Order: sequence, then structure tokens, then C-alpha cells
Amino acid sequence: MNDQFLPLNVAESAMTEMRNHGEEAFPNECCGFFYGEETDGERIVTLAKRIENVKEGDQRRRFEISGKDYLAAERFAAREGLSLLGIYHSHPVHPAIPSEHDLAVAMPWFSYIIVSVEPSGVDHVRSWQLTPEREFDEERLVVN
Amino acid sequence: MATLIIPTPLRKFTGGESIYTASASTVKELLVALYTSHDGIKKHLFDDEGELRSFIRVYLGDEDINELEGVDTKLEDRDEVSIIPAIAGGSK
Repeated sequence: MNDQFLPLNVAESAMTEMRNHGEEAFPNECCGFFYGEETDGERIVTLAKRIENVKEGDQRRRFEISGKDYLAAERFAAREGLSLLGIYHSHPVHPAIPSEHDLAVAMPWFSYIIVSVEPSGVDHVRSWQLTPEREFDEERLVVN
Repeated sequence: MATLIIPTPLRKFTGGESIYTASASTVKELLVALYTSHDGIKKHLFDDEGELRSFIRVYLGDEDINELEGVDTKLEDRDEVSIIPAIAGGSK
């Protein structure tokens, strides 16, 4: 757990949306954005929005968000007075630990929530951020 | 003046500003103007060979510059350019 990062406080409704999405997309990977605000002491996630996984081919191990959907997400945040705080995606039958594919395109500052999903449902959820050395460190995830 | 929309994760390099404006005749000129005036942002946009990083896309309006003339795409006054990080990944 990296205490350099602000704790990520996620509204229960947003967490429920991300978990439900992970279960409904199973055995494929789901993906989406989450929004909220950053204060001096914490990051607060108030809203999660589902985005289509546009990855061609096998979506059980990969996800991709289109440039147009990213642009729309930034515009939505600006319009609503929210910050685009990060991206969530699921790892079906795999731990919620970032892979080399996740690391390869990761951006600084964003929080990356990963939902680990088993056939019986969501197993666990963890959140990560990129360090200045371009490695992932876990951040504290709190559901309110 | 062309307008450049800074994606949220790179705003820590622009003092929190989401919009940067500069006089530029091409997309490349606009990006160079941005990184010469904001420390730390260049390495997130360009690799050591000076090429746009593979996970960075740039849009002119709603169009990917790869469908136009790449970073040599010409700009007109009041054009809006967006930096878009590619969002992808997967478990294995």
C-alpha cells in the first residue's frame, strides 16, 4: 500500500455499478470510467459509467476504450463539473493485479480500479496508481 | 490561436489547466509549444526518438490525426486539438 497516494473513497452506488458490470460482462472483461473530485486529503468517486469494450478478438483477457469514448468522457466531466479520476476494468478468473498490458499504456495520476470476477461473482476489488518510476503501486480503497 | 485540450492525467503539468492555447500552423508545432512551456510533460507525449508515444492519440475536432496527416496536420485559427491517452489492458 502506497501512502503517497490519496485514499480513494468510492460511493457505494459507484462500487455497486462497477461490480455489477464485471459480473454481467463475465467471462469477458468490462471497462468504464469513474468521476468525482479530488480534495486536499482524498479522492472521492461519486459516479461510475460503463463504456463499451471495443477490443477486437478475445475480450476475456483484453479491453480497449475508443478514443471517441475517451473524448466524450472528458467532455462529460467538464460539463458536469466533475473530475475524470480513472478507469475501471475487470479481470475474469484472475487476481486484481495490473498486468504488463495494463502497465504498458498506463497514465500518471489516474486511479486504476480492477475488479476480479469468478464464475460465482466478484471476488475482490483493488485500486492502483502509477508511480513516477512507471510502476504500479496499490492505493487505499474505501467504500462509503 | 489553436486550442489544445489537456487530458485530466496530464493536467498536473499544466497547473491544473485543461486548455492550452498557442499560435501554431501544425499539430506538431502546437505540441512542441506545449512541452517547451511546461516542464515534465514531454516524456509522456514523445519517445526518445521524437515520435508520438504509441499510447497517445491526438484528435483534431472529432477526427484522429492518423486519418489526416499525422503530426503534420495543418491547423487553422480556432481549431481544437485533443490529446487522448489510449485506454487498454487486460489480465494476461
